[in-house]
Formats: sequence, C-alpha cells, structure tokens
Amino acid sequence: MSHALSRVNDVSEPVIHAAGLTKVYGDTVAVGGIDFDVPPGESFGLLGPNGAGKSTTMRMVGAVSTRTAGELSILGLDPDQHGPEIRAQLGVVPQQDNLDMELQARENLLVYGRYFGLPRRVIAQRADELLAFAQLEDKAKSKVDDLSGGMKRRLTIARALINDPRILLLDEPTTGLDPQARHILWDRLFRLKEQGTTLVLTTHYMDEAEQLCDRLVVVDKGRIMAEGSPSALIREHSTREVLEVRFGSDRNADAAKRIGAIAGLGERIEELPDRVLVYADNGEHALAAVIESGLEPVTSLVRRSSLEDVFLRLTGRSLIE
Amino acid sequence: MSSTTARVAAARSRGEGSGPRRRGGGVRALYAGNARSVVVRGLVATRSTNWIVVLTGVVEPVFYLLSLGVGLGGYVTGVTDPAGHPISYAAFIAPALLAVSAMNGAVYDSTWNVFFKMHFGKLYQGMLATSLGPLDIALGEILLALLRGGVYGTIFLVVMTALGLNLSWTAVLALPALLLIAFGFASIGMAITSYLKTFQHMDWIQFVMLPMFLLSATFYPLTVYSEPIQWFIQAMPLWHGVELVRSLTTGAIGPMLLVHVAYYAVMVAIGMVFTTRRLRALFLD
Amino acid sequence: MSAVTSNAGSGSGAQPSAAGRAYPTRDELLATGARPRRLGPLFVAEHQLRTMSKFGVTMIATATGTPLIYLFAFGVGLATLITGNVGPGGANGPVSYIEFVAPALLVTAGTLVATEEFTFGILLGLKWNPVFVGMNAAPISGPQIVTGHFLFAAVRMTITVTIYYLVILLFGAMPSPAGVLLIPIGLLAGFSWTLVAAYAATITEDKGQFAVLQRVVILPLTLFSGTVFPLTQLPVYLQPIGWLSPLWHASELGRQVAYGPTEPLWLTLVHLAYLLALAAVGWMLCQRIVKRRLDK
Repeated sequence: MSHALSRVNDVSEPVIHAAGLTKVYGDTVAVGGIDFDVPPGESFGLLGPNGAGKSTTMRMVGAVSTRTAGELSILGLDPDQHGPEIRAQLGVVPQQDNLDMELQARENLLVYGRYFGLPRRVIAQRADELLAFAQLEDKAKSKVDDLSGGMKRRLTIARALINDPRILLLDEPTTGLDPQARHILWDRLFRLKEQGTTLVLTTHYMDEAEQLCDRLVVVDKGRIMAEGSPSALIREHSTREVLEVRFGSDRNADAAKRIGAIAGLGERIEELPDRVLVYADNGEHALAAVIESGLEPVTSLVRRSSLEDVFLRLTGRSLIE
Repeated sequence: MSSTTARVAAARSRGEGSGPRRRGGGVRALYAGNARSVVVRGLVATRSTNWIVVLTGVVEPVFYLLSLGVGLGGYVTGVTDPAGHPISYAAFIAPALLAVSAMNGAVYDSTWNVFFKMHFGKLYQGMLATSLGPLDIALGEILLALLRGGVYGTIFLVVMTALGLNLSWTAVLALPALLLIAFGFASIGMAITSYLKTFQHMDWIQFVMLPMFLLSATFYPLTVYSEPIQWFIQAMPLWHGVELVRSLTTGAIGPMLLVHVAYYAVMVAIGMVFTTRRLRALFLD
Repeated sequence: MSAVTSNAGSGSGAQPSAAGRAYPTRDELLATGARPRRLGPLFVAEHQLRTMSKFGVTMIATATGTPLIYLFAFGVGLATLITGNVGPGGANGPVSYIEFVAPALLVTAGTLVATEEFTFGILLGLKWNPVFVGMNAAPISGPQIVTGHFLFAAVRMTITVTIYYLVILLFGAMPSPAGVLLIPIGLLAGFSWTLVAAYAATITEDKGQFAVLQRVVILPLTLFSGTVFPLTQLPVYLQPIGWLSPLWHASELGRQVAYGPTEPLWLTLVHLAYLLALAAVGWMLCQRIVKRRLDK
C-alpha cells in the first residue's frame, strides 16, 4: 500500500465538507444551501422537524442522491465521481430498515459484506463479532421478520459496520422504538463514538441529540438556523430554567398577557396552545411572582432549558408537532 | 406461478398487524347472518380502486377463445359434444374455458385473497371487532367471488353467442352452472386455505391446478386417454365442471348432468363443513 | 476485542487520526471501489441466489412438473386430434405435432420465468422487500443492481429451460442434436421481455398494473404467437400481433435448431436480431430508470 505518498486526509481536515449544499426536487427546495464541516471522530447531529431536509442531506452525504448545487466532499472525494469509493467507507443506517426479510439475521450480514467486495472468510468473522456487538448472538439464525423493532435496528447497525466504516450515517436511529430499546441503542452508538468512528445522525429527539452529539446544527425548511454543542446552543438561545404553567385551554392566552405584564419576570414568554412557558434564570422565583400577581395555574413545572426551547426560540415552532 | 409470487405476497403483508385476535363466545359468534355487509364493502373497494383490473379480466377468456378456437380450431377435427354429435373445435373449447375461468377466479379469491386477509390484513380484524363472525366473512368473500364470476361469465356467454358457439337455448343455464362450479371451488379452496400456514404452501395449490386445467377434457376429449387415466380424470372436479357447461352450451342434455350437479353439491357441503369447523378452531379456540 | 476496531481492511496501513481511527490515503480510498465497480452485479446475483435456494424445492418441482404436463397435454393428448399440416419439415423430414410444439413450449417457459422476475422480482427489490435500496447504499450502483438481478434471472431461466430440454428429450421430440441450442434461445426469449422490467421499475404505487399488463399485453403476445399452431392459421388481421411478439420470433428460432431449417436464413437472422435488440433496449432503459429512481 502506498500510504506514505499522497495523504490528503490530514488529521485536521474534515471528513465531510459541505458548502452551499442544495437539493431541489421540481419546484421544492429540500435543502437550500447549507454549510457544515465534520472533523474526524466527531459525533455530529442534524436536528430538525420532519421535512426539514435532514434525510435529503443524509442521502447526499451517503452518495446516493446527486446534489443540485454546492460543494460536497467526503473523505476528500466528490460523490459525483467517486460514489462507490465513498460508499465503501460509509456505514448507513437508513430511516426505514431495509434488511432482507427473507434471510436470517446472520445471512443479512454475509450478503451485505459481499457488496464491498470483502472476502467471505473476513465477512464471516466480522459477522459473528458484530452480532455479539449488537447483542444478537442468539438471534443469528432467526428470520429478520421475527425480530422486534429494536433488534432489527441493531441488526441494521451491525450491517452498517460490516465494512468497518470510517463514517457512520444514522437517519433517525431510534424513531419508533420503546424507551428501553432506545437506551440499548444509544449505549452501542456511544461505544462506537469512543472507538473513534465519526457519527453523523439526524434526529428530532432532543434527548437523543443531547446524549450523542458533540456538535449539532438546527435545521428548518432546508436551512441551518444555528450551530454549536448542545450546551452552547442552550446557553446562547435560552435561559437556564423554564417555568411551565397551565391554566386550562381557554385561559392560557389571557394568562400569558397578564404574565407578560409582570415587571422583570423572565426574559421571554411563549404561549403554546396547552401551556405558557416563562424563560427565566430562576424558575422558582418566576413561579412565586406569577402566584403573587393573583394568577392561579392548574399545574406548574420548573425545568432546565433543553434543545426543544432552542428550537422554539429559533423557529417559533415546536419540534414535534 | 412460482415462489416469487408467494414471496411478494409475504413481503407486502408485513407490517399489517399480526392477524385477527381471538374472541370468546358460543357457536353463534361464528355467524351473525350478515355476510351482505362484507359483500358491500368488497364492491365499494372494487369500484373505488381496481375496476380497471376487473374490467381487463373480461378480455382474458376472449383472447383464449380467439387464439385457440379460431387459430387451433382450423387444425383440429373430430371433436363431439357430450352426446357424440360432431361440433366445431371452438364450440368444444369455449365452454371448457368458461368452466376453467370459473375455477381460477374462485380459487384465487378463496385462497390467495382470503389467506392474505386472514393472516395479515387488518381487514378481518376490523370486521371481527364488529358483530360480524368469521363465517359471515367467509360467506361474504365467496358471494363476492361468485358475483365477479357471474359478471365475467355473462360477458363471455354473450361473446360466445355472437360468435355462434352457443348451439342450444340451454346455454342460458350455463350461467347458474358456472356459479355452482365457482361455489364448489371457492368452498373447498377456503377450507384448504384455513389449514395453510405460509404463503409458500400456496405454490402447491398452483401445482394441483395446472394439470387439472390442461388434462380435464378441456382441450381434447377424454377418449385420447387409456381407461385408467380416464377414470382418474373423471374423479377430478374440473372434468365435471367442463362437461356440465359443455352439455348446456351444446344442448347435449342427459342424466349425467345430475351427476355433475351432485358432485358440486357435495363439494360445497364438504368445503363449508370444514371451513366452519376450522374457523371455529381458529377464532373461538 | 471489539468488532469495529478489528482488521481495518484497506485502511490498515494508514496512520491513526486524532480520534484514534485510521483514515485511508486517497489511493487506498480509490482502491476500495475497484472490486465493487468490477464485480457488483455478481454480488447482487449471489444475494438473490441465496434467497432462491430457500425456495429451491418448489422451484425444481415446478420446473420439472410443468414440462411433463404440458408436453403430455399438447404433444400426446391434443396431438391425436391434429390433422392439419404443422408447417414445413426441415432436414430431418416431416414434423410431428409434438416436435412442432416442443420448442415453442420451451421458450414460453423461459418467458414465464422472465416475466415473473421482471415484474414482481423488480418491484420486490425496489419496494416490497427493498433490498435494492440497501445495495445502493453500499458501493453497488443502480445499473449494476439491474444487471445483477438479470444475471440471477438468467440462472433461474437456465435451470428451467434446461430441465424443459431434458423432458423434451425424454418424450423423444427433438429430432436434431442442434436442439441443445434451445437452451440459449430460451434464455434469449426470456430476456426479450426486459422492457417489462423497465416498466415495472417505474411503478411506485401498486394498483394492479401487473394484472393489466399480463392480460392486455403479455397474454395476447403469447396466444397469437404461433406457439401451439402456425401463425398463418390466424386470420390475417391477427397475424401482425405475432410479428411483434418476441415469442413468435423465439419459437421460430427454436424450430430452426430443433428440426429446421424451415425458412430462409435472412428470416432466422431477423428473429435473432429482433430478440437481441429488444433485450438490449429494455436492459439499458431499465438501468436508466432504476438509477434515476434510487437517486432521489
């Protein structure tokens, strides 16, 4: 191997570089010119609601969707010219599992490894290791059809690792899974991250982004609204705490007006259909002030700010509608 | 047909729920006397989604008749009606095609269609959540199949008349005969389907139907076979169907007609007994 | 040791990055695409054959039972009623009905397998059990997937028509040793339906299009194609359907090798050229459609 010669991928160079990346379907702009770089080993998230353009971005990065305009390079290669070479270095976990339902779990790994031109012996050994990694050893001979949703997801991740990829793309990895299955999955992904695999994931779950991402971009309507680490984004776009008060559906609007009139209470007030959010550095103080003003909330809750609040601030909309 | 069709059906059925849930109750829970609502739903579904598929189903036997009756017919001599009178090859083969299409339609509707809905579709689940019992559904599906078969059969008979292939007024009776044939196959088909577990088993149904289609005095008279084979073919249901329809369209009326009708009556009875018994086991524990 | 750090394959020679993972050089990167680019279709066919092996018993039973029944029904049963001339005999003298019909039945069997794989098989991989989408996320391209699927269909067709050929021999209905060429002709007959695959690849919503296609296009092209009787038996206005039908061309081609020649050489070449052209056009079209469909 001639690794001493042309080393384009210096450690400081990003493994993914996108500038003005655009995808247009007919009259619809799915991705409207976004810029981001992902350095090696980073866990990078695209956060946004359904239809924000996350999956389209993932497909372009996955070298299966041709970009309409802009720059894109993965490991220094242009997907337009080097699709197969790029895909040989990627592991892809699509939004919807596309495992072969007619084969057994282990067979799925075997046939998939062949697509990378790997020798059968190497694939067989990796398949066993990956089934162990995905905690599916005892399901090796089960038909995919008979696996639970969480097991299928883990099998898809195992399949995505069969080529020992440099970059793992995960499109909404835990959507539709129950809480326990999500935690098992997060644990597996966290291990991969520790081992230095570059992770790129899309999600519309705040907790997932906060758990897994070193850095993320908030995407809405095909554009990047903000960028940073989860904690930096919260610091920058929200207060430390949030007070949630409910007054009953008919009275929330009126109550929000009256809270707004209380001098010096919080930085910002959001009125949602079912509750009023008061952004304040000290939620308990804010609650005391609300009650002092004569309002009687049905329920109240003081919590830390989350990415949900960031999103609400940036777009004026909830993330999950 | 081969395994691919079964694989397709299996793939399409995924994610459609895990089959009808069990419910308790007496024998009455099997049948609520309301098969009609199942038929109505089927008709509405047909009208709104796949009428073009149903429509093109009409052309299928017409193509067969043109090709085999006209093309092959110029070639073949010496065929007779069931009473032994010489007739044209087209007049010989047309009633057979009618009977075969009644069989194919009924078997398709009572096997593939029912198996899919029984094991995967949410349809039966939803129906069973209402006052309908499994037997309402079974009868409703059969009636739906008969209705469809009746429409095809009528159109085909009109085409036959236009081509001068109906040799007697008794051809009118071919329509009820077709419905009886379809009922017989549908009821047996449904009984068998209720015992099947995977789509792959469906391939074996095709495997039985192909020889029956080709060998049951459809394309040539039974007399070309040696005696033992003749006996065997005469034990098969399609032969009775073909002979029944052929007697009626050619006007060769005789006592054998009663044997054919009786054969199908027995088929219907056996099929319904097993279907009911099996549905009870499946749905009522 | 965990799976993901073991045996890094092509990247094993590179130095570790800041994050502890080895990143390959540009040359190494370009090398990893070489095998999939060259052998992609083979990997696709390998996958499909593994799936088929699960249905192997049914497939072999169908492939053996079908020719037995058809040859018996037409070649033995119907043959007793045939009094007309089945067309000119070739170098081996007059032709019996079973000899006339056998090559046509064989190419029809190839067609049946092909149309099944080109309709349901294509949509199975694209939609119902979307393994093609998964292959495309790996280094396999859309056109390679099509070629791989066709390669798999070729294996299935070869098994089917070879068994058919052997059954014809069993019935003693193959006058010429050149009849063994029916195997590649049966394969060609199947591949002349690649346009059907191209159409199937355009279907996104299943509304019974295949049933309509089967009844309105494939069935007439099968019935009016001079398979179980010479095309000239049909009324003049129906004969052009046969000229268009790949089955007529394939059947006539098959008869030339089974007991021919019964026609001028130029006509035989027309059959061959027509079938090859249909296969090539459909293949290219299907590649383009699948490529576009996967790139969304």
